[in-house]
Amino acid sequence: MINKEVANVVEALRGVSNSMTFMFGGFGLSGIPENAIAELVKLNVKDLTCISNNAGVDDFGLGLLLQQKQIKKMISSYVGENDEFERQMLSGELDVELIPQGTLAERARAAQAGFPAFYTPAGYGTEVAEGKETRDFDGKMYVLEHAFDADFGFIKAWKGDAAGNLIFKGTARNFNPNMCGAAKITVAEVEELVPVGELDPNQIHIPGIFVQRIFQGDHFEKRIEQRTVRQRNN
Amino acid sequence: MLDKNGIAKRIAKEVKDGYYVNLGIGIPTLVANFVRDDIEVEFQSENGVLGMGPFPFEGDEDADIINAGKQTITTLPGASFFDSATSFSMIRGQHVDLTILGAMEVSENGDIANWKIPGKMVKGMGGAMDLVASAENIIVAMMHTNRAGASKLLKSCSLPLTGVACVKKIVTNMAVLEVAQKGFKLLERAPGVSVEDIQNATEGHLIIDGDIPEMKL
Repeated sequence: MINKEVANVVEALRGVSNSMTFMFGGFGLSGIPENAIAELVKLNVKDLTCISNNAGVDDFGLGLLLQQKQIKKMISSYVGENDEFERQMLSGELDVELIPQGTLAERARAAQAGFPAFYTPAGYGTEVAEGKETRDFDGKMYVLEHAFDADFGFIKAWKGDAAGNLIFKGTARNFNPNMCGAAKITVAEVEELVPVGELDPNQIHIPGIFVQRIFQGDHFEKRIEQRTVRQRNN
Repeated sequence: MLDKNGIAKRIAKEVKDGYYVNLGIGIPTLVANFVRDDIEVEFQSENGVLGMGPFPFEGDEDADIINAGKQTITTLPGASFFDSATSFSMIRGQHVDLTILGAMEVSENGDIANWKIPGKMVKGMGGAMDLVASAENIIVAMMHTNRAGASKLLKSCSLPLTGVACVKKIVTNMAVLEVAQKGFKLLERAPGVSVEDIQNATEGHLIIDGDIPEMKL
């Protein structure tokens, strides 16, 4: 067994520096690497390029990095939940590249799988396709999109072991598995780091080969963005 | 004239037995409330769940189980969770039978705009561009006019596009329309709405062929 376990978030983030490109798993606030984000706030590294489907909310998730003006550029698909984001974008302080959600997932997966680029129909005929190569396949038009190139990928999983094997829970899975092995260094934080051998190999979502460092997260707030419920009928 | 629930109720009649359906945020989400209970339908949410159920009972909310609108949800027996690349394989690979989404503008050739108002609102496209670029069967759910009273059914869209020539059908508070060769073909009128009312609220070319029936809800 190749041991990927590190003691804590400080060790896990060794080597991060200004001007790097990071990928973050998560959809909304679900499945975001809370511990890595908190440590990046402490380290106060600047001029970051961040690849993440969303940009958090004002006081949580990547919103915390935005508050400290640590982010130079965001690559996202939907950023509607963050006022500070909108302010920085409209004032020109923040460079923003909005891309289709499926394209974001596939650009991560392409990097993971060793594909330099791929064609997708998403965005053809829109400003997303401007300046990009397009091509006709069987009468339908497609846009050439490139694999991401990131320094670190920050992943959040439910369970994991020292071999780096990961299991995700519910819709907190989202972009996390696609981003494993898609950056030069993949850092996974887990709610529960279990002894090697305890996870059933049949149930592993991401094999440890895609993960360089794994650690037991200290604290997961797991904030709910839109609490919607129905009434009990009794 | 229909309200939002009325639009959802009319669209629910387009949902057929055995369909996998993706519902967008807003009016489309309401469609799930009106689907006949004698047919089998599975709702997909592009953040990674198939077989979505209703909202949880109070106290049962789980931060790890949400829909694309970031709302807490439940799952039904037979449901599955998956990663984002798999989710968009379902969409891009045309495994999803019906996509229902909202729009700010639709043009008479089926272009749709729903993600950006330059200088004012920039929220992003989320999964909408992937959905409209790939889905065979797209229904737009929206009000016929915007808050200022201007038509949302146009000759050509003025806002940045989400997709080109992709919308097949539109259900508004006033009418059901089909995107045809040369314009919006009027199929049904909402209760109490005349063909003339619809004509006046439609900027794009409206095709009126024979008697236009009133919607049955």
